[in-house]
Amino acid sequence: MPGLRTSGVLGRDRVERARTDVSSQVGEVQADGSAAELAPRAPDDAGRPRQDIGPPRQIPGLRRLVSRKARERALGYTLLAPAIIIVGVFELFPLFYGFYISLCDWRLGCQSIIGAENYLRGLQDPAMWYALLVTATYSLITVPVQLGLGFLIAVMLFQRARGHELFRTMMFLPYITSTVASAAVWSYIYSPDNGLLNTILRGIGVPGLRWLGEPAGVFALMAQNVGVTLPGWAHGPSMALVSVSIYTTWVFIGYDITIFLAGLVNINAELYEAAKVDGARGWNLLRHITFPLMSPTIFFLLVVTVIGTFKAFNHIFVMTGGGPSDATQTASILIFQQLYAFNRYGYAAALAFILFTVILTLTLLQNHFAGRRVVYE
Amino acid sequence: MIGTAAEQATTARPPSQPAPTKEGAGLSVGGVLIQVVIVLAALMAVTPFLYMLTTAFKTYASVINNVIWPWFPLGREVPQLGNFWEAVTTVGWDPQWGVYLFFRYLANSLIVAGCIVAGSLITATLAAYALARMDLPGKQVLFVLVLITMMMPEDLTIVPKLVMMFNLRWYNTYLGLIVPSLVSVFSIFLLRQFFMQIPRDLFEAALIDGMGHLRFLASVVVPLSKPALLTVGLLNFIWAWDAFKWPLLVTRDSSMRVLGVGLQQFMQGQGTQVHLLMAFAAMVIVPVLILYFLAQKQFREGILNTGLKG
Repeated sequence: MPGLRTSGVLGRDRVERARTDVSSQVGEVQADGSAAELAPRAPDDAGRPRQDIGPPRQIPGLRRLVSRKARERALGYTLLAPAIIIVGVFELFPLFYGFYISLCDWRLGCQSIIGAENYLRGLQDPAMWYALLVTATYSLITVPVQLGLGFLIAVMLFQRARGHELFRTMMFLPYITSTVASAAVWSYIYSPDNGLLNTILRGIGVPGLRWLGEPAGVFALMAQNVGVTLPGWAHGPSMALVSVSIYTTWVFIGYDITIFLAGLVNINAELYEAAKVDGARGWNLLRHITFPLMSPTIFFLLVVTVIGTFKAFNHIFVMTGGGPSDATQTASILIFQQLYAFNRYGYAAALAFILFTVILTLTLLQNHFAGRRVVYE
Repeated sequence: MIGTAAEQATTARPPSQPAPTKEGAGLSVGGVLIQVVIVLAALMAVTPFLYMLTTAFKTYASVINNVIWPWFPLGREVPQLGNFWEAVTTVGWDPQWGVYLFFRYLANSLIVAGCIVAGSLITATLAAYALARMDLPGKQVLFVLVLITMMMPEDLTIVPKLVMMFNLRWYNTYLGLIVPSLVSVFSIFLLRQFFMQIPRDLFEAALIDGMGHLRFLASVVVPLSKPALLTVGLLNFIWAWDAFKWPLLVTRDSSMRVLGVGLQQFMQGQGTQVHLLMAFAAMVIVPVLILYFLAQKQFREGILNTGLKG
């Protein structure tokens, strides 16, 4: 950051100047600097030797050092305190409290400890398994498309500098806009009656689709068009879920591109030059230089995106609320409904822990399998 | 894991850094193809915004009849500026403050986002300084603990947090909307990275001058870190503005809603009046867009350093 560098020089100048100002008193300042350093002081006594610092010189160096360290620690922990307290009260404590609630028959308070009953109910609840399936499907159809397209566009942007900045800015816009607002806009774009997509489709003579309102699988729909009926297992993800996934890609692709570009910039251009001298072109350059050197970035985005899809809530809730016929009822939506609509606190808490176990397992698996293939320079 | 992105962002570019452009590629078929794909992708990114804005200026009749461009030269309509005010009045009235509900939502969003930005800047600056520059036993443990909370899905703590809000009598109050979000772990992480780049000599020089940690923080670190602080402030604003799930859960009265929740409720209730819905959405999005254009660089650096959304 250039800002840091320039102001850094200024800042150093300032300190340097202050140092020469008091150079005549340096000995004294150093002598009690240890104590002065610890106490916040009014601005006007900067650099002035302090006389009011208690029992100074005769204290043996070691003891003074110890007390100085202790006071520095006290100050340090005081600085950390606000953050630690709030994180402790609103993040860490709820973790344990949530586990306690999940063991309860909770109706306006813990009526009785029922142990693992909520968990067993969750594991036997077809709705939960279906929600996990929907979540996994959503993740599977979103992550590869989003990262694949993002990578492709990032490589293209990197190669062709023309209009680079403007296009990057445009592609980044969806990421920073409010989720609810952009989800509202997309609900309208997907609207079967007068949305943009169906207006375009009808314009080119194709019947409109129901998009977010279509619970049928995309493969089943395609097959229907050519008069084939597919067996249930081959129906594919529901049209509604695919529509949500398209929205997700639209939102996050600019973020992926930004991260990918940061990785690409860090690859030494000389590597490409050397490979070109050896006759490598296009795909080979990508395959043998870009992919391996980008693997830490790809891995980072993979982990973040998978976790993101498993936590996804806001846009799904706004666009479909989990419908139609539970086609977009992800685990996160299900948990929220149990809490918000049915007031089942204990059950919702238990489901959240089950979901967390799934996310954690997935992250560890990714670490184990994909993490090993990551190449560090 | 998060370190990877952060490191990439903070590592200086290697000296030989013009992008490896192929000479003359602009004329080749591949070059043209790439340019076309990029332009198309950029257009697809902004089309929903244009669609939102154009719809917000249409009459209801044009919306129903799927007229994409009802104005000059293709049609005879005039832009319906009145849609925005109509959206405001359609949302409803807040008897508590005696204003239109939309303005109450807006005020709530500004109050909540403002407090969260200020609070998280203060807590993050103090904590990040202690983590980056002070010799504290156990700070590594603390840091790891804090990072763990970052990995936890919101679902895990949302039930107990809601129960706590009832017990504290913070349900349906500003306290409930604000206090649990006063610390942003991302901000601590980002500022710590930044503070660690400030040369140690500077602190030692300040120490010789008799400055303490607090004075050093206030008079050297904070002024030096203005770009980073601006980034953190902006990101927290975006996240607070974007918040939806928690505000929806922790409030009951319409007078306590923030813009996001208000928009969702409007969509549920009067969503068929699409031109008004789009006007409402535009009024939620536009402030953020303006902020983004004013401080693009900060945004991107912050995103690179922290990663996730919300």
